[in-house]
Amino acid sequence: MNFNFKHEWIETNIGLMAVLTMIAISVGGLVEIAPLFFIDKTIEKVEGVRPYTPLEQRGRDIYIREGCYTCHSQMIRPFRDEKLRYGHYSLAAESQYDHPFQWGSKRTGPDLARVGAKYSNEWHVQHLVAPRSMVPESVMPNYPWLLSTPLDISDTAARLEALRKVGVPYSATQAEHDANVTQFGETVAKQLHIPDAQKNLVEQANFGNYDGDRSGISEMDALVAYLQVLGTMVDFSKYADDAFVDDR
Amino acid sequence: MAVTTYSGAEQYNFDVVKKFAIMSLVWAVVGMFVGVYIASELAWPFLNFDSPYFSFGRFRPVHTSAVIFGFGGSALFATSYYVVQRTCQTRLVSDGMASFTFWGWQTVIVLAALSYVMGYSQGREYAEMEWPIDLLVEVVWVSYLIVYVGTIMRRKQPHIYVANWFYLSFILATALLHTFNNLAMPVDLFSMKSYSLFSGTQDAMTQWWYGHNAVGFFLTAAFLGMMYYFVPKQAGRPIYSYRLSIVHFWALSFMYMWVGGHHLHWTALPDWTSSLAAAFSILLLMPSWGGMINGIMTLSGAWDKMRTDPVMRFMIVALSFYGMSTFEGPMMSLKEVNALSHYTDWTVGHVHSGALGWVAMISFGSLYHMIPKLWETKIYSGRLVEWHFWLATIGIVLYIVAMWISGITQGLMWRAFDEFGNLQYSFVESVAAMVPFYAMRAIGGMFFLTGASMMAFNMFMTIRQGKRENAALEARLAAKMAQA
Repeated sequence: MNFNFKHEWIETNIGLMAVLTMIAISVGGLVEIAPLFFIDKTIEKVEGVRPYTPLEQRGRDIYIREGCYTCHSQMIRPFRDEKLRYGHYSLAAESQYDHPFQWGSKRTGPDLARVGAKYSNEWHVQHLVAPRSMVPESVMPNYPWLLSTPLDISDTAARLEALRKVGVPYSATQAEHDANVTQFGETVAKQLHIPDAQKNLVEQANFGNYDGDRSGISEMDALVAYLQVLGTMVDFSKYADDAFVDDR
Repeated sequence: MAVTTYSGAEQYNFDVVKKFAIMSLVWAVVGMFVGVYIASELAWPFLNFDSPYFSFGRFRPVHTSAVIFGFGGSALFATSYYVVQRTCQTRLVSDGMASFTFWGWQTVIVLAALSYVMGYSQGREYAEMEWPIDLLVEVVWVSYLIVYVGTIMRRKQPHIYVANWFYLSFILATALLHTFNNLAMPVDLFSMKSYSLFSGTQDAMTQWWYGHNAVGFFLTAAFLGMMYYFVPKQAGRPIYSYRLSIVHFWALSFMYMWVGGHHLHWTALPDWTSSLAAAFSILLLMPSWGGMINGIMTLSGAWDKMRTDPVMRFMIVALSFYGMSTFEGPMMSLKEVNALSHYTDWTVGHVHSGALGWVAMISFGSLYHMIPKLWETKIYSGRLVEWHFWLATIGIVLYIVAMWISGITQGLMWRAFDEFGNLQYSFVESVAAMVPFYAMRAIGGMFFLTGASMMAFNMFMTIRQGKRENAALEARLAAKMAQA
């Protein structure tokens, strides 16, 4: 076999160059991303993780709209200091319904992966409206408009429907609802039913009264509802300390 | 002079190059101003003014998009269209499509900035644009690819010059990354809001595969294309090693795509993925430094230009910062280092030593070379170029030193324990410790912005001077014709 390779072939042939370049740049992504969809251990088997309720999901939309991820992470690493400061390290399972993920890359402010149930609703409202009234050294912007802006609930069902299309188990039919009852239990399944989305949202906001104002549903209601659920779905007291080590 | 004017204008489409070059300077000033503003918001939070439109979270993507896609992107369009025509000795394959890429791209930047301020964001770093803008990007990008490849196909000699390989690789990779990272389901056809196709871990990996290669291809490979043309041109010497550029090109194109996972060390991403990414990050040091050496050594035999030619100095300092940040990057991808540096300002400093030191400086150098050539004149003020160089260099040093100190301080404070085994500092104590460095960073940014504004003024005057000289020349020609 007399195969004498010359780089000149590539340098003089734009088609060949484009094809070889495409191959060179495609390998890395294929090898590193594609298996994540197929290797079972990527997402831990853990109880309690559920899709967000309509109100929480609307809160999450606001979290993304305001760019909270530019200063807050939602990903606790397995270090002693992070465990003391924030709690158990984050599992992949805990963000499996997060479209998009909000792990973040920067902690100008603290991690929020387990901020839920750590502070009262009143604290969150006051802190979001005027952070320095609660934490004098804070550099966070004030978010007064969240309290004064009514939440737009008109497209709640459409939003859940879009999420359903990308794989979140919100139910559109009775059969899907029944499947959710089996997987998540009656109470959660009710919240995930798209035809009742708007009704469920209003009920949760009125019952929870997250912003301390019963006259209407504000964006603050939704955002605080979201913050209060973060990191609270898994009960880690049920698992041994090293329960998830093998999944890493 | 007049003769080359006319033949040049007919032979090449410089009109679109000129437009992109001007917009590149405009976006540099706008994007860096927003950068200084958000940096100041962190030091002095009252600057958020209780307004949704100026709050840090919405304003930060305006900064990143304006500098990366506005300034960097326009500089790349300008230089790539210039380089591909000069090296292939042919005109762009389609003036109409080239013009479409110009107006399309500028529309993308304006729409992106407005939409972020209005609260439309995908919540993915450097890919915040919502789906309708993403679609426009896609159309513009495919047009760009067609114009670029079409022009190469019309080349007058058999060889494709090395700068074009890098530009081609950048165009292809950006198309691939943009497409897969922005797969999303809109709420409905008339809603700007969409949800990403992937979730959690897979979404994180896709995003950082994109995110790091926005750095690797948009901000590196493409600017290396710039380097491979403008450094030899400005130095008046051939590239140091042709063989090295071949190795550089293939190694860089292949390896960069593997390294995104190093942004996800110690997270819920499986260990194998981030470890593999770290291994490739370390390997990547070799092609990166190979490229740097190839660029800097091109000056061998003409080192005096470092002293006499401020434009050359921009390019060589750019390559030095490239070398420094491509050393810092692999170091930060080591898990032990990353445990300290991740989530801190160190990362921000690292990005800016690349973005200001490498990307902006090589663009400034190339634009200083190209703009006088396009308008057929000399640079209006060499002194202003000198001033720009020093302001920019001092600005970068202030910026990255501030971020090194604040980043390492943050990292150490977060993990500090007292003698009883409790956390030594509350989180907010680390925030308070950052404030002086946030101020220092903002001042560094102001230096850099001032330099860029001087350049914009200098280039504006250069263009005006070029137009006047040409008009005078034509008037004299017309007078001669009338006499004859």
